Amino acid sequence: MIRHAISDLNGWLAILAIVLSSSAGDVLLSRGMKQIGDLGTLRSKRGLVFVFLLVSRNRYFLLGVACMAISFYSLLFGLSWNDVSLVGPAAASLTFVANAIAAKFFLHERVDRRRWAAALFVAAGVVLMAF
Amino acid sequence: MTFRKYLVLAGVSVFAPVGDSLLSYGMKQIGNISLTHFSELLLAITNPWVALGILFLLGFFASYMTALSFADLTYVLPASSMGYVLLALIARFALHENISLLRWLGILLVSTGVGFVTSGPELTRRPPRQRRNDGEVAMEHS
Repeated sequence: MIRHAISDLNGWLAILAIVLSSSAGDVLLSRGMKQIGDLGTLRSKRGLVFVFLLVSRNRYFLLGVACMAISFYSLLFGLSWNDVSLVGPAAASLTFVANAIAAKFFLHERVDRRRWAAALFVAAGVVLMAF
Repeated sequence: MTFRKYLVLAGVSVFAPVGDSLLSYGMKQIGNISLTHFSELLLAITNPWVALGILFLLGFFASYMTALSFADLTYVLPASSMGYVLLALIARFALHENISLLRWLGILLVSTGVGFVTSGPELTRRPPRQRRNDGEVAMEHS
């Protein structure tokens, strides 16, 4: 009984860690890429090596990748405590909603009703698709 | 949105599920790896399916970064979730797996969400003074 409760608690802690770190990672990556500009245009003007160097030296990009690594290890931790059928869909769907909130406040994106609806529909859809 | 940008979004949607599936197929061929034989994990990339899966995931990351460079995060994430639908359709029609009613409903919800977001603008319009590295004005990308 207690063992089951600990397993559940660790599973949900892992889901929280995945959602927070992966949203932080997405926000940082998005910020880094917006700072650099359209990669397609840059590539045609300055070449692939230039774009690669520009991206790999961007500090937001590097921090974003670090957050993604934390998210990946949190997923592994979560999977060791709970089923993939809970951790996978719960983390994926909550990340869609957390990303919409984070993008509104940290990236100042215009998250209108259409985008809220899209995030909620996709989040609900991802949960249902796990069945 | 230009045709090139739609192609990049399609890349994000397709590369991730196909890469994951290839990795999964390859790792099942290799079998369980215990923590005491950790070096086997490094040798896993010599499996052609795993190597191909990694190539696809690199393709995903490159397309994802390109998509984030011209569109909002709240546009790219829902729009690229078509990959979930694609994976389910591959499972149904190529692998002949059974898809439950709830899963079909999930496919419908995800597709509706994608429809919502792609019918709007892909980038939040900023004041023209915000210039980018390539010297273009953010507003010109819409």
